[in-house]
Amino acid sequence: MLKKITYTLILSLLTLNSFSQNNSSEIHGNFDLNMQSYQEDELIGAEAADEIILNNAYLNINYTKGDFVAGLRYESYLNALLDFDDNYKGNGIPFRYASYTIDGLEVTVGNYYEQVGSGLIFRSYENKGLGADNAMDGIRLKYSPLKGIYLKTFIGKSRTYFTYAEGIIRGADAEVNLNEALNLESKTKIIIGQGLVSRFQADINPKFKLPQNVAAYSTRLNIINGGWNYSGEYAVKLNDPVGSLTSEGNNYAKGNALMSSLTYSKRGFGIVAEMHRVDHMEFRSERAQEKQYIINYIPTLTKQHTYTLLALYPSATQTEGEFGTQIDVFYKIKKGSLLGGKYGTKLIFNFSRINALNVGSSFLNDNRKHTPMFISIKGEELYYKDINLEVYKKINKKIRATGVIAKQSYNKDVLEGKTPGTYGIVESTIAIADISYKIKKGYTVRIELQELLADGGEGSWSMGLAEYTISPHWFFAVQDMYNWGNHEISKQLHYVNINFGYLKGANRIEIGYGKKRAGIFCVGGVCKEVPSSNGFSLAISSSF
Amino acid sequence: MRKLFLSIITTILFSTLSIAQSRSLPSVLVKTLDGGSINITEIENNGKPIVISFWATWCKPCKKELNTIAEVYEDWQDETGVKLVAISIDNSRSMGKVAPYVNASDWDYEVYIDPNGDLKRAMGISTVPHTFLLNSKKEIIWQHKGYVDGDEDELLEQIKKIAH
Repeated sequence: MLKKITYTLILSLLTLNSFSQNNSSEIHGNFDLNMQSYQEDELIGAEAADEIILNNAYLNINYTKGDFVAGLRYESYLNALLDFDDNYKGNGIPFRYASYTIDGLEVTVGNYYEQVGSGLIFRSYENKGLGADNAMDGIRLKYSPLKGIYLKTFIGKSRTYFTYAEGIIRGADAEVNLNEALNLESKTKIIIGQGLVSRFQADINPKFKLPQNVAAYSTRLNIINGGWNYSGEYAVKLNDPVGSLTSEGNNYAKGNALMSSLTYSKRGFGIVAEMHRVDHMEFRSERAQEKQYIINYIPTLTKQHTYTLLALYPSATQTEGEFGTQIDVFYKIKKGSLLGGKYGTKLIFNFSRINALNVGSSFLNDNRKHTPMFISIKGEELYYKDINLEVYKKINKKIRATGVIAKQSYNKDVLEGKTPGTYGIVESTIAIADISYKIKKGYTVRIELQELLADGGEGSWSMGLAEYTISPHWFFAVQDMYNWGNHEISKQLHYVNINFGYLKGANRIEIGYGKKRAGIFCVGGVCKEVPSSNGFSLAISSSF
Repeated sequence: MRKLFLSIITTILFSTLSIAQSRSLPSVLVKTLDGGSINITEIENNGKPIVISFWATWCKPCKKELNTIAEVYEDWQDETGVKLVAISIDNSRSMGKVAPYVNASDWDYEVYIDPNGDLKRAMGISTVPHTFLLNSKKEIIWQHKGYVDGDEDELLEQIKKIAH
């Protein structure tokens, strides 16, 4: 299969080159390598790897000639880093594609990534850092018959590790920008969209009759007027029981999700108010329960934090059911005012709250039927709450400072899939100071001090980081995370890390040594649980 | 398997060796802040330099880079005529925060969103920030990964080299 495709690719490239075309061809891509050594550390529970060092690497190549594009990705896991699933094993070219565009029609064969609307019914994407990649393999057509009208349709199978899931996924989406399509000179802009995705999988269940075709559809609307912007999407997934052999294990209820956001902004000020409601809305590439088969994306309705201790207890969408609200306010206090000072001051406020649906999510079988109330907040189980304020200020030509204070409530049982009542809710208060000082042109020192106070979970943490950078080539950093408040004295440990790196143009090399704590790491809305580790790391990233 | 891989690389290399290498922007649609779409090849600065900077609302060094340049952007424009195009890779979780963040920060950049990473992949980007400099023919002539304080000085030097 792969051989055939590769040959076809070579042939098509050769043929293309014999055509006399004015478009010159170009080849570009990028290479990433992550190597890590694993030494045992009984104190933090880090295990040594049999291989001593583990290595992940990727090379992407894109070939372009005019309106023709082809490319591939070589992936190498020898063997995969410990925080990756060990189903990533060995080498291969799991991603290859060819695509051309002519008269508004774009044809892609092979692998592709695609998203319908916000992703509520379908998103295929990759995040190499998290080991997430559900690329499609099949055919995709995109067509724009008129300016402002965008149609796409696709069919294929969804990738899981080095194989493809059993289901065949078909999808179509239409988006119309009314102002562009009808040539309206209106101040109000309206964009509407409709998506449909369906999965086919044969029913071989000996006991129950399961739907072989499962559809999901979504409607979206975006209205923009001056500084105002409303955006909403409603999605439904038809019944999709997992195919359990017990009656109680099969839920025949439909799923649905609603997200809605209203934004207003002008120079120096912005506000975003959002809500979402999710009910039994996980959509998978096959009738299974494992997370690695998920093909839709319900954006987490909380702020994506980057400071370590703010992200120690991260939130994740409970696709089975949740109700959430979020508010963000961005404000810049003007230069020259009392609080603004010489350079102005920036404030960012964020509040989010996520709770359970009333008496759980929708359920339907012969014995039980339940549909939760549409809105219920008070009295429902809290999943996550975060209230935080960030202040950024340039103090003078040499000093810049950021301060953050936050209060978070984290339902450890729900968010980490533990038995209800084991840990309860971890309440934490966090404060952060981040100060950078420019010594002289190109030389900067940056200090981060972070403090998290909590009774639950692992108790309180402190963190300190010092970074020294010499623009444009060098950086050095040392950091220590100290779990001084752990209730078990033997776990009151330091996690020290040293990193240095060299950057030049398109190349970046980073070497590190240190201990990483076990925990949940989330990037781009996806989370994974990683084991604690101790050792050297090498990361090379290059683009051409 | 390995042979095939090698053969395909060689084929590609040979087939392009004869052609003078220049690097142009890939033809990819990105979203505008008012809900529309634009092909990134359509960005224009009348033959003056263009800087393309990939960022995200959740990326600290990215925001630091763009906030720092914002303080001197007017001077840069007067001096070199440069235009900065900021491309956010925020996905549907945070893309709604892009416009209010940009507005509240007083940025004068042209801002687009690449919500599912199509342009990011086409331009070979693995992490943000990642900055490109385009010459008068919109060919990429310089790029830089990451941002530390002071990197904007090197960028300005590169811009000056090609500004007329």
